[in-house]
Amino acid sequence: MADVNASTVPSLRAPLDLPSALRECGVVALVVFALAFALVGFRIQDVPGGLDIRYRFHEVVAITAVGFVGRFAWILLRQGRPFPVAVTALPFGVALLAMLLGPLYAPAAKLERLLIFGDVVVNWLLALFTLGFGGRAAWMIWHAASTITPEAREARMDRIGAAVQNASRYIGPLLLGLALALPFMPFADRRVLDIATLVLTYVMLGWGLNIVVGLAGLLDLGYVAFYAVGAYSYALLALHFDLGFWTCLPFAGIMAAFAGILLGFPVLRLRGDYLAIVTLGFGEMVRIILLNWYKFTKGPDGLSGIPRPTFFGLPMTANPSEGEQTFHQFFGLEYSSVDRIIFLYFLILALAMVTNLFTLRIRKLPVGRAWEALREDEIACRSLGINPRNTKLTAFAIGAMFGGFGGAFFATRQGFISPESFTFIESAIILAIVVLGGMGSQIGVVFAAILLIGLPEFFRELQQYRMLAFGAAMVTIMVWRPRGLLAHREPTIRLEDARPKSASAKSGGQSP
Amino acid sequence: MSVPAARAASGENTLLSVEHLSIRFGGLVAVDDVSFTAGDRQITAIIGPNGAGKTTVFNCLTGFYKPTMGRLTLRHPQKGEFLLERMEGFQIARKAGVARTFQNIRLFPAMSVLENLIVAQHNMLMRASGYTVLGLFGSKIYKKAEKEAVELARYWLDRIGLTDRADSNAGNLAYGAQRRLEIARAMCTRPAMLCLDEPAAGLNPRESGELTRLLISIRDEEGIGVLLIEHHMDVVMGISDHVVVLDYGRKISDGSPQAVRDDPAVIRAYLGEEEEEDLPPEVARDLGDRGA
Repeated sequence: MADVNASTVPSLRAPLDLPSALRECGVVALVVFALAFALVGFRIQDVPGGLDIRYRFHEVVAITAVGFVGRFAWILLRQGRPFPVAVTALPFGVALLAMLLGPLYAPAAKLERLLIFGDVVVNWLLALFTLGFGGRAAWMIWHAASTITPEAREARMDRIGAAVQNASRYIGPLLLGLALALPFMPFADRRVLDIATLVLTYVMLGWGLNIVVGLAGLLDLGYVAFYAVGAYSYALLALHFDLGFWTCLPFAGIMAAFAGILLGFPVLRLRGDYLAIVTLGFGEMVRIILLNWYKFTKGPDGLSGIPRPTFFGLPMTANPSEGEQTFHQFFGLEYSSVDRIIFLYFLILALAMVTNLFTLRIRKLPVGRAWEALREDEIACRSLGINPRNTKLTAFAIGAMFGGFGGAFFATRQGFISPESFTFIESAIILAIVVLGGMGSQIGVVFAAILLIGLPEFFRELQQYRMLAFGAAMVTIMVWRPRGLLAHREPTIRLEDARPKSASAKSGGQSP
Repeated sequence: MSVPAARAASGENTLLSVEHLSIRFGGLVAVDDVSFTAGDRQITAIIGPNGAGKTTVFNCLTGFYKPTMGRLTLRHPQKGEFLLERMEGFQIARKAGVARTFQNIRLFPAMSVLENLIVAQHNMLMRASGYTVLGLFGSKIYKKAEKEAVELARYWLDRIGLTDRADSNAGNLAYGAQRRLEIARAMCTRPAMLCLDEPAAGLNPRESGELTRLLISIRDEEGIGVLLIEHHMDVVMGISDHVVVLDYGRKISDGSPQAVRDDPAVIRAYLGEEEEEDLPPEVARDLGDRGA
C-alpha cells in the first residue's frame, strides 16, 4: 500500500530532512518539558497533619517523550509519509486500549500495571490521540489522498455547514420531536432530565445572545448580567409582592431589556474590543451590585424560597397548603417528584422555542436585516438612513430580554439564587456556545450547547480534565474552523425566478 | 470666488446649494468658504487634485461631518427644503433623500445582493412592518411592502445586470459589479440626490463606459440630481452638466465642462505651473524660505 501511495502522490515525497525534523521535535519536547515540569511535576497532597508535595518526575519524562514522538509523527504525516506512523501508532494505541479495558474483562491479568501514566484519564487521552494519529495515517494510505489544503477543507466544511443548514428544515423538527419525547424515554431518569434542562437553558441563552453577537455583531461579554437581572427581578417580585412565576416572567424580561438599553447607551460608539471590555465591565458591575446591596438583594447570602412555577395555577407539591389544589390531585395522578422536573423541562423547552421562533422571524424583518447590515458596515447603514442608535439599542434590549426570561427560569428552577451563579465564566460559556456553533447559526447553537454543557455534565467524573478538554476544544475550533462549526448564512430572502441564467448564479459562490 | 453664486446659476432648478461651507479640523482648514449649487436633473461633478477637500465636502453633505461654517440647503422636489447642516447623519438620507456611495466600496459583503438592496429600503419597510410589531405576526401590509421592495430591487438589478447574481453574497461579486451594486443600493433609497464618490475608480474602460451610461440614464430617467467626485476626466467631461473645481479646500473654478477645461486656474492646479504669486501664500512662503 505504501507503493500505491508513493506512485500516486510523488510530489509529496520530498526527501525527509531529518536534522530539521529532529530539531523541531526537540523544540516541542522542550516546551512540553517546561510546561509539564511546572504543571505535572509537583502535586500538593493532603496528608495527615498538613500538606505535602509529591513528585511525579517519571510522568514529566513520559509526557516529554510523548511530545517528541507525537511531533515526529505529525511531521511524517505532514510530509505525506503515513506508513511508519500507521505501523507504530495503531498497534500502540490498540495495546493501550487493551490495557485500559483489560481490567473490565480480564481483571486477573493486571494489564493496567503496564500503563505509562498514573492517571486513567491521561492514559485514555493518550490512547485516543495515538489512535487518532494512526487512524489518520491509515486513512491517508487508504485514500492515497494525502493532506488536503486548508482552503479545500474550509470549502468542504462550508458545504457541510450549508448542507446542515438546508437540512435544518428537517433536523429542527426532528430535534424538537426528540426533545418532546425525551421525558418519556425509559432512560430519562432525573439526572438525564436535569442535564437536558441545563442544556436547554444554555441553548436559550445562546439563542438570545446570538441576536446580539451573531446578528448585530456586537461582542457582548457581559450577557450574564441580563440573566442575573432577570433572575433577581423574578425572585424579588415573587418574594416581596407574592406574585407568581407567570406574572413575573414578562416583568423579568422587561427589566432585563431595560438593563440592556442602559448598557446600550454608553457603548453606542464603541466597537470590537472596546465594546467587549465595557460589556465585560458591565457584567461585573451588576454582579458586584448584587453582592453589596445587602438590604435589597441579601448580598452573598442570596435569595432563597423562590416560588416554583405553577401549571396554570396548579402547584406541584406533595403537601399543598390549606384549600389549594395541586397538579397531581387535579389530574388524579399519584404524586411524583419527577413531575416537576418534567414540567421545568417542558417550560424551558417552550421558552427556548419561543426564542428560536422569534429570532427566525425577526431575521426576515427589516429590523433583523438592519442588525445584520450594522454588523457588516455601520457607516453604510447610516448612509442608507438607518438609525444606528435605535437599531443597536433594540438588539441589546431584545437579546437582554431573552436573557431575562432565562434568568427567571433559572431562579424558579433553583429556588435559590446568589451572585455566585452569575460570574464571568457564565458569560464566557454562553459566548463560547455562540461562537463555537457558528455565529448566527441557530442549529449550531444547539450542537455547541450539547457539546459544551451536556458532555461535560455527563463526564463529571473526569473533574479537572473537563475544563482542559473545554479549552482544547475551543483552541481546536479557533485553529480549524474560526468561523464556528456551522457558520453558513442563508439569505433571508431570495429572488424568485431569477433569470434562467441561474446556472452561473449557482457557481457564483466560489468566485473570488 | 466667495460670492454666493447660488441662486443666480440655475434658478428654480437648483437642487442643492452650498453657501460659504468651511470645515476645520483643529488648525487644518480642509474646506474654506466654498459655495456652489447643483441642479436638479443635472450631473454636477466636483473635481480637483488629491487632498483638495472633495470627499470632505461630500461627508458634510451626507452628514458624516458637521461643517464649521456655512449653509447646505437641499430643495427636495416633493418634500420641500432641508438644511442639511442641522440634521443628524442618518436623517439626511432618510428625510432629505441624499444617498451616497463610498470611495472604498461599502457593501454588506456577507449579505446577498438582493438583501443589500432590501436593506436600503429599511425605513419604508420598517413603517410597513409596524416597527416590527405587526411584522412579527405576519401582517399582510408588510408582506405587500416587502414584495414591492423586491420589485424595486429587481428593477435595479436588471438595470445593473446583476439579476442572476441576486442570491449570491455581495462580497463575492467582481469589483466592477460591486461598484454598480453600490449605486443601485443608493438608488433603492429613492433619493432626490445621488452622491457618488469616485464611482469609476478601479474600473476598466469598458466598465467605465457602462457606468457613464448608467449615470446618464439615472439623470434622465429617474429625474434626480447627481453629484459626482471623479478623477477620470473622460468620465467627468463626458457626462457632467456642471463642474466645480476645488484646490486646497477652495473653489477655483465653476461652470460648464468646456469652461472649466479652459480655465487657467484649473490648468495651473492640475499641471502645477510655477507662478509663485498664484500659489497659496503659505506654500509660496515655504518655497521662498528654501531659497528656490
